[in-house]
Amino acid sequence: MLMFILRRILTMLLTAFCLTFIVFYLTNLPPNLEKLAKTEASARMTDAEVESWIERNGYGQPLIVRYGEWLGVAPGWTNVEANGTLRGRCVDRAEDRENAARFCGLLQGDWGTSTVFRNPVSEIIATRLGLTGILMFWVMVLMVPSALLIGVMAGMREGSRLDRSLSTFSIATTATPEYVSGVFFIVFLASNAGVQIFKGTATSAMDNITFENFFLPVLTIALYGIGYIARMTRASMTEVMTAQYIRTARLKGVSFRNVVLKHALRNALIAPFTVIMLQFPWLLNGVVIVETLFNYKGFGWTLVQAASNNDIELLLACSVVAVFVVLVTQLISDIGYVFLNPRIRIA
Amino acid sequence: MEPLTWAGSLGAFVNPIAAVVFATLAVSIVLTIVQSTMETEKSQFTDQGVVAVGGSGAPGLPFLLACGLMVLSLYLALLAVEAPLRWLGFAEGMNLAAFGIVVVLGIALTWAISVFAPQSLGERLLPISVMAMVGIILVYALAPFVMPVGAAGILGEMSRQFLPVWLALAVTFGLSMTFKRKLGLYGKLFDSTIGMIGFGLVMFWVFTAFFADFVATHDPLTQLSGMKNKDPGTPVPDGLTVYAHYLLGGDNLARDVFSRMVMGAREVLKIAPAATIFAFMVGITLGLPAGYFGGALDTVLTFLANLVLAFPVILLFYLLVTPEIIETGIPIYLAAVLFLFPIIFLVILWNSRYYTQPMVRNVYVGITLVVGFWLYAGLAFDADPLGIISMPPNILIVFVSVVFVNAPTVFRIVRGIVLDIKTRDYVAAGQTRGEGPWYIMLWEILPNARGPLIVDFCLRIGYTTILLGTLGFFGLGVSPESPDWGSTIDQGRRLISIAPHPALVPALALMSMVLGLNLLADGLREESLRD
Repeated sequence: MLMFILRRILTMLLTAFCLTFIVFYLTNLPPNLEKLAKTEASARMTDAEVESWIERNGYGQPLIVRYGEWLGVAPGWTNVEANGTLRGRCVDRAEDRENAARFCGLLQGDWGTSTVFRNPVSEIIATRLGLTGILMFWVMVLMVPSALLIGVMAGMREGSRLDRSLSTFSIATTATPEYVSGVFFIVFLASNAGVQIFKGTATSAMDNITFENFFLPVLTIALYGIGYIARMTRASMTEVMTAQYIRTARLKGVSFRNVVLKHALRNALIAPFTVIMLQFPWLLNGVVIVETLFNYKGFGWTLVQAASNNDIELLLACSVVAVFVVLVTQLISDIGYVFLNPRIRIA
Repeated sequence: MEPLTWAGSLGAFVNPIAAVVFATLAVSIVLTIVQSTMETEKSQFTDQGVVAVGGSGAPGLPFLLACGLMVLSLYLALLAVEAPLRWLGFAEGMNLAAFGIVVVLGIALTWAISVFAPQSLGERLLPISVMAMVGIILVYALAPFVMPVGAAGILGEMSRQFLPVWLALAVTFGLSMTFKRKLGLYGKLFDSTIGMIGFGLVMFWVFTAFFADFVATHDPLTQLSGMKNKDPGTPVPDGLTVYAHYLLGGDNLARDVFSRMVMGAREVLKIAPAATIFAFMVGITLGLPAGYFGGALDTVLTFLANLVLAFPVILLFYLLVTPEIIETGIPIYLAAVLFLFPIIFLVILWNSRYYTQPMVRNVYVGITLVVGFWLYAGLAFDADPLGIISMPPNILIVFVSVVFVNAPTVFRIVRGIVLDIKTRDYVAAGQTRGEGPWYIMLWEILPNARGPLIVDFCLRIGYTTILLGTLGFFGLGVSPESPDWGSTIDQGRRLISIAPHPALVPALALMSMVLGLNLLADGLREESLRD
């Protein structure tokens, strides 16, 4: 078990390393740097000026060195300007320019500064992630119980009318991406064209969450996930219901309700646990779409702003967080599966 | 010109009937669900395990769920028709007290149904109301053809525009139903209602894309002054265009929403199926050897696949689908690698099959190589010697990134199936006969894996459509004028409180197409499991 976890963690670190390098490469392409130079210094620079700006600001080094600096395993660049001032990656960031640290990167907790928001990246990420965390919490509260309930109800008697109707419902929700259901909800539940019960924007929810301004974004994200998790739960429930021990329990005279609740449910919920965990990367997708649609300025919204404004440091930080979330949930799902499944745990 | 109403003169007597039919349908759906939730206690044993045969309801979890459903449907019904609320004295609509009444009503009604309603009333009512609904829809669709132009309202005029689509659908369904016993899995699809509905929806959009030039009423890019955000059915100012109305209204740039939706189908169907096929070629070509040989090859490929899968899709799109990336030429390199796989796949396929007949093999492999590299040069490098095949760079990057996102999942599925199938006896028999590994993979294992792969193919086209919509929604990789559904939704949502139709129409279109694909996949799965 310990070896298994250790191996999984090692693979995860290797994956994280590769992914961050790819992201770093894709955000630091020459055209991106050129654009950065023009937004930071002056929009009317000549090619030669751009070239020298890139050289002077440490972007001229080989990619692998810059990646090392960003990660915090290579010493930050330094050079002396023509007028004698000392400049450098770490020197520019430090308050005390004389005694700046040699290393300043991700590992030292230095995430850089956003060029759009003019704030330290770590600060932005922390507040935005907090807002998204609240959103995700309510999504989970709504999504997980309803998906499990639908899946169990549909799967306990395969082929029944209830199964048919609930399965069709699940298919319909998986066929409706967030940007479609969100538009439907806004039109029918939050505008003059339909009934105006909710608000079509969640901007006010950033300070004060109410049912009125927060339910629609939560519902929009949850709905897309409900169908998928419900179908997985249904599949695992139907499989369990055909097992021999369920038959034995029934023959023993246990009532159908007790069979479902006491014998079937626990075993049927192992697979959905994995699915729910693996659903996180998809939820991230939903978060980006919904935060843009409802103008809720959380993590997803920040990612879109960073990407469309060529804010390299912020985009890198967003990617690190996103990749981290995905990998950790994968790890939890793997370990959880082994832990929950007695057949594997005891063997 | 008069503005059109939704149903025109037909509406005067068909609309009330439609309302009654719709209400009956809604009631019977609720009844079916509520009643089937209640019947839990009596169940019967078969070889497959526990199968319920129905029985009177015992309170408990099912009763609670039934109550919940009833309350929800009452709530929605009351919201839709606010009159009863006013009658109860709630002038401002739904509030907490009104909601309380709804909850009490819902529980009482559920109890009443469980005690008094005849068994399976809902189940008996449902088929009748569905038939009636289909009949009403047919009346709306067919009546316009015997009515004068403009008399049948917006729905009628749209149905008239879709004439080639209706004809093509009728021919397809007629032929398939007639010969369904001879058509294998495809024919079996016509035994399942769900599958037929799905197939109908998908083919509707396929034919719409094909006949888009006949179906569309206006040019999707032309802006007509005075038509900005106009309601559905608004007449076009005199003499500006041949067609007299904007059937589904105008968008915020005064373009015809209906024509943009129709042309959007073409944009989506140009990319989604092709990208899915490419993803499958890549996934199969890599997944077969990974599963069959295992070892280091498997480890490396699985690691790479997991690497791509660990990327949040949206982030990958934001990193890959940018104008800067096109400048650096990365999409061309990616395309150069990814587009090679279909050629490799086909060459190995022919080579392993006709290895013992060199002449036949040489012909097949030769044709594949010549045609393959001609298309390859045109698509990936935009260097077609004949100058026929080319792909604009922004479409290429969209195409490549969609293939890139989908291929690892296909790889994992194929690998999993191969791991399962390679332990079968017929594979061992093939090995004993001295068949080569590639022959076994492509001609023994792959045909036996086709069931789940076909199902996944349908689902994946739907998923690709969603991805393309996401790209359009964020304005990535599409020209701002493009009528594709994703970017139309994005443009429409900005003014959603003023004019909801520009966003609603493409949203409905996208949803119906993906729903069709999912239902089709579900029907196929059911029918292929049946043998």
